[in-house]
Amino acid sequence: MARAALPRRLSWQLARVVELVDETSRTQSIVLEPPEWPGHRAGQHVDVRLTAEDGYQAERSYSIASAPEDDHLVLTVERLDDGEVSPYLAGELRPGDELELRGPIGGYFVWEAQLGGPLLLLAGGSGIVPLRAMLRHRAATGSTIAARLLYSSKSLADVIYRNELESLAADDEVDVRFTLTREQPEGWRGYRGRIDEELLRDIAWPPEERPLVYICGPTAFVEVAASVLVQLGHDAGRIKTERFGPTGR
Amino acid sequence: MDALDGNAIAGLLFDVFGAEMTTATGVCGSCGASAVFAELTVYPRAPGTVARCRSCETVLMVFVARSEIVCADLRGLARFEPVS
Amino acid sequence: MGRISRGFTGRRRTSVDPARVPPGQYVTDDFPVLSAGPTPHHPLDWWSFTIQGAVDEPVSWSWQEFQALPSETVTKDIHCVTKWSKLDTVWTGVSLDTLLDGVETSAEYVMASSDGGYTTNLPLEDITGGKAWVAYAYDGEPLEPEHGGPARLLVPHLYFWKSAKWVRGIELRTEDEPGFWEGYGYHNYGDPWLEQRYQGD
Repeated sequence: MARAALPRRLSWQLARVVELVDETSRTQSIVLEPPEWPGHRAGQHVDVRLTAEDGYQAERSYSIASAPEDDHLVLTVERLDDGEVSPYLAGELRPGDELELRGPIGGYFVWEAQLGGPLLLLAGGSGIVPLRAMLRHRAATGSTIAARLLYSSKSLADVIYRNELESLAADDEVDVRFTLTREQPEGWRGYRGRIDEELLRDIAWPPEERPLVYICGPTAFVEVAASVLVQLGHDAGRIKTERFGPTGR
Repeated sequence: MDALDGNAIAGLLFDVFGAEMTTATGVCGSCGASAVFAELTVYPRAPGTVARCRSCETVLMVFVARSEIVCADLRGLARFEPVS
Repeated sequence: MGRISRGFTGRRRTSVDPARVPPGQYVTDDFPVLSAGPTPHHPLDWWSFTIQGAVDEPVSWSWQEFQALPSETVTKDIHCVTKWSKLDTVWTGVSLDTLLDGVETSAEYVMASSDGGYTTNLPLEDITGGKAWVAYAYDGEPLEPEHGGPARLLVPHLYFWKSAKWVRGIELRTEDEPGFWEGYGYHNYGDPWLEQRYQGD
């Protein structure tokens, strides 16, 4: 069936900030109501544009943290010390403000239940955001596709959506594993240190299971994870990667 | 400064091509490697945006934004196929 | 232009003498890193700087030889075509006047080239007369790779894309030819005070 490839215009719109939710000491979720939201796929992102009074503009991309099935559009922003945009979004923004954004954008780093699985998700730092949207989508559709998440953070305090992820794990919905790279609490029985071959050998399905793999986080994290999985025999064509820069994207 | 990938310029690619392009396939004019645009090595912060072949680092696409116009130079690509 | 975002100012400094800020620029205290390609990493004993082209004989210096040349420390304002300016930046390096001393040429243009393939073109008279350096230290410290180390060209009176990072030499030419960004639509000369960002400006 040929679909008319009419380009949908990617237009800027002003979304009202409904609520701000602290996720960790340096990350905040922004709950938004865009006036014309066409819906989205888990893994997509939006572009956000800020304009100062003198006309100065800054633009950044943020992954959508909410599932397509959720009531509101949610972004989760990590406040970077030397950031230009993130301290504004996760610090200055208030309910009632308007945020200029356009989206959803992205057709590569997306997952929906009909794509199947098993689903292997590898998150480094704020790379958890689009993967969380995928997990929320999976739960919302009642999917029973096997799903496993490895989430690498500096410390337990830096784990975003910790309660939500631990609930998913406790309900046996998703196999959730954390690795803490800088600081571990006393009695910590999870993984330690950065992602490497030993860790991935432990948590990844064998290649014969042909998991769909989504890796998101800082460039170094993504490249180590992807190359190790390929070395372990996984099909590169079933591994999708999204690299985040230090300043959002 | 670490390079990103084509996901980071999905919006820019949409502006230029009028369609979602991260799953479009490009062939490197230098080494022949084939990759989806999402997997290209991208340097987004420069006087322009540079997308390079992940295999051989040859420049494949350069985008220069000049007020409301984006100039796209695709000479580094041997060919590309849009999203099917 | 977008709708104004309440309370957003960005990181710019606003309390600056406007006479020091070229049109369309914003002053920052940061030092943004902009690159068109990967940061090269090579051992210093592999490095050399070469002047070649419209000369009788090419001239070349190893890193050790280069360090032995007379150097200067200068304080300059720098202006990036992406609209940020940084004032009072301190650089240490060798003046192009020192490097070109004794080099006879009929060339009027140069092409600077860098590790990784980056190039930029300039008139010869814009890198002589105390206007340009090959800088290997910033703010008293060895120049970091992401900012162009071990050595970069420094031509502060032009937009900063002309100050080629990871510079390895200049080719003296009798005819001008566009370098990397110039070939993609940026201005051939690049005077920030005339706001020469793009071809045709």
